[in-house]
Amino acid sequence: MSYEGVMARRAEIMKKAAGLDFSVFESGSIAFDYERMMKEAGFTIEEIQKIQSEHGVGNTPVLELRNLTALARKLAPKGKGARIFIKDEAANASGSFKARRAATAVYQAKKLGYKGVVTATSGNYGAAVASQAAMHGLKCIVVQECYDSRGVGQPEIIEKARKCEALGAEVVQLSVGPELFYTFLTILEETGYFNASLYTPFAIAGVETLGYEIAMQFREKYGRDPDAVVVTNAGGGNLTGTARGLRKAGAQTKIIAASVDLTGLHMASDTQFNKKSFTTGHTGFGMPFSTWPDRSDVPRSAARPLRYLERYLTVHQGEVFYITEALATLEGLEKGPAGNTALTAAFALAQEMDEDQMIVVQETEYTGAGKHVQPQLSFARENGIEIKFGDPKDEIPGKNIILPSHPSLIKVNDADVVRMRKSLIKNALANYNVEPTEEDIKFLAEETNSTVEFVKETIASLK
Amino acid sequence: MVKKGEWVLIHRNVLEPSERAPQVPDDTKKVPLELWVKGFLQEDANIGDEVTVLTRTKRIERGTLLEVNPYYKHDFGKFVPELLQISEQVKEILFGGADNE
Repeated sequence: MSYEGVMARRAEIMKKAAGLDFSVFESGSIAFDYERMMKEAGFTIEEIQKIQSEHGVGNTPVLELRNLTALARKLAPKGKGARIFIKDEAANASGSFKARRAATAVYQAKKLGYKGVVTATSGNYGAAVASQAAMHGLKCIVVQECYDSRGVGQPEIIEKARKCEALGAEVVQLSVGPELFYTFLTILEETGYFNASLYTPFAIAGVETLGYEIAMQFREKYGRDPDAVVVTNAGGGNLTGTARGLRKAGAQTKIIAASVDLTGLHMASDTQFNKKSFTTGHTGFGMPFSTWPDRSDVPRSAARPLRYLERYLTVHQGEVFYITEALATLEGLEKGPAGNTALTAAFALAQEMDEDQMIVVQETEYTGAGKHVQPQLSFARENGIEIKFGDPKDEIPGKNIILPSHPSLIKVNDADVVRMRKSLIKNALANYNVEPTEEDIKFLAEETNSTVEFVKETIASLK
Repeated sequence: MVKKGEWVLIHRNVLEPSERAPQVPDDTKKVPLELWVKGFLQEDANIGDEVTVLTRTKRIERGTLLEVNPYYKHDFGKFVPELLQISEQVKEILFGGADNE
C-alpha cells in the first residue's frame, strides 16, 4: 500500500472503477477521438433530460437581475449595459449545477451494477453525488481535502462535508496535498465502487442540458438566444458541458470563462491553504486544467474548455464578495460566493455591451453556514488576511482582500487566451514526447479552437 | 470510557513526511498527510486510544479516537461591518437621492 505501489497500479484501478475503456478512443499518439468518446460513452440530450427530471435535476429558472443591470447601467457609457440574467442552479437537488453531472454519473454506476460510488472533491460535487446516490440506493464515499496541518478546516469545505453526511454519505477528510489521489485510489481498490469522476463523458454530458435549457428558455421568453454566457471555470466541465449544450441547440452564443484570480498561491501548500477565500472557480484550477485537461482523475478528460471559450476573464476575491452582497441586497437572492464569480465578470462585461444585448450567468449555488460571504470574510480576517475597501486591482491573494470602494472599480481582466492555446500545445508535446502526426495537428487545432496553421507555427516556435 | 457502537471521529496519518509525493511543496513536505473519518466504534476505548470503526459504507478504518458524537462547529463567523457598508452603498447608488426620500 505504499504511495509508489498504489500509483503504479493507477491505470488498472481507474479502468475497473470507470466502467469505461478509454483506450478504444486512443490514436496511440497525442490525438484521441473526443467526439466519439462523448457520443459512445455519453448520453443523448433526451436521455439526460429524462434521467435528470426523474431525479430532481434540471429545468431551473432563469431570473432577470433588473436591479444589478440598472446598477451596471449607472456606471456604463450611454447606451451600454446589457441585461443580466442568472440561471438559478441552486434550485437543483443538492443545491448546485453539479447535480447535473452527478445525475448521469450515478445513473451510469447503477446501470453498470456498481454497489457504490466514490468521488474526490472538496466542492459542491460531493453533495451532488451523495444526493443522487441516495436516490439510487447506492453507497457513497466523498474524499475531501479539508484541513491544514494545524487541523484548521476551510469553513466552506466543512459545510460541504456536513451536507454530504446529511445526505447519507461517508466523508473521508484529508489534510492538504495532491496525495489525496492516492487515498482515493486505495478506497476505489478496497471497495470496488464506481469512480464518479467529474471528468468522465457521463458527467460532462450531464451539463449539456444546462446549455440546452438556456437556449430553449431564451427562445421561448425573449425570442432569441442570449448574446453571451459567462461560466465560472475551474476544472472546465461546467464550461464544456454548457457550451456543448448550447451548440446542440444550434445557439451561437459567445462562451466566456471567468475565474477568481489566485495568482501566487500554491494549491498544494499547507501554509497557504487557508489563506484563500475561494476553494473553487479560481485560476489555481482554471489555468492548469484549461491548458492541460488530462491532469484529471480519468485518462482522458471530457472537460476541454479551450475548445469552446472565446474569452477568459479573471476577477478578484474582493469583487466577488462585493457582488455577492449586492445580489442579496438588490435582488433578494442569497447565494454562495463561489458561484458568483461569473456574475462578477458579467457585471463588468455588461458595461461593455449594448443595452439590448443579453448576458447569462449560468449558475448559482446554495449558501449556508461556512459557505457564505460573511463566514468566509470572517475566516479570512482570523487567518491574517487584511480586508479593506480600495481598488481591487491592488489585491494580493493570500495577503489582502480589497473590496471595491465603489462598484465602478469592478473590472474584468482578460487572460491571454492565445498564450493558453500555445501552452496546451506545448503541454501535449511534452506529455507525449512524440513527433506530432497530421492527425495530432488537426486534433490540437480542435483542442485549441484554432487552426492547423496556428498549431504548426506554435510547434515550430517551440523547436 | 467510550462504549462500543458509539458514533466517533478518528484520525490517522496516511503518509509520513518522508513518504510524501515528490511534487509537493516544501512546507507541505514537512508535515504528514492526515485523515479523519467517522464511524461506529468497534470496541470499548478511551479518547486517544488506537481503535477501529465501521464507517457508513461498512468499511473498517483504524486510527486514534478523537471525539464521541462529533458535531459541526462551523457557523456564520463574526460580524463583517464592510458587508453592511456595501449593502448601503449599492442601495444609495441605485435608489438614493431626494426622489426616494
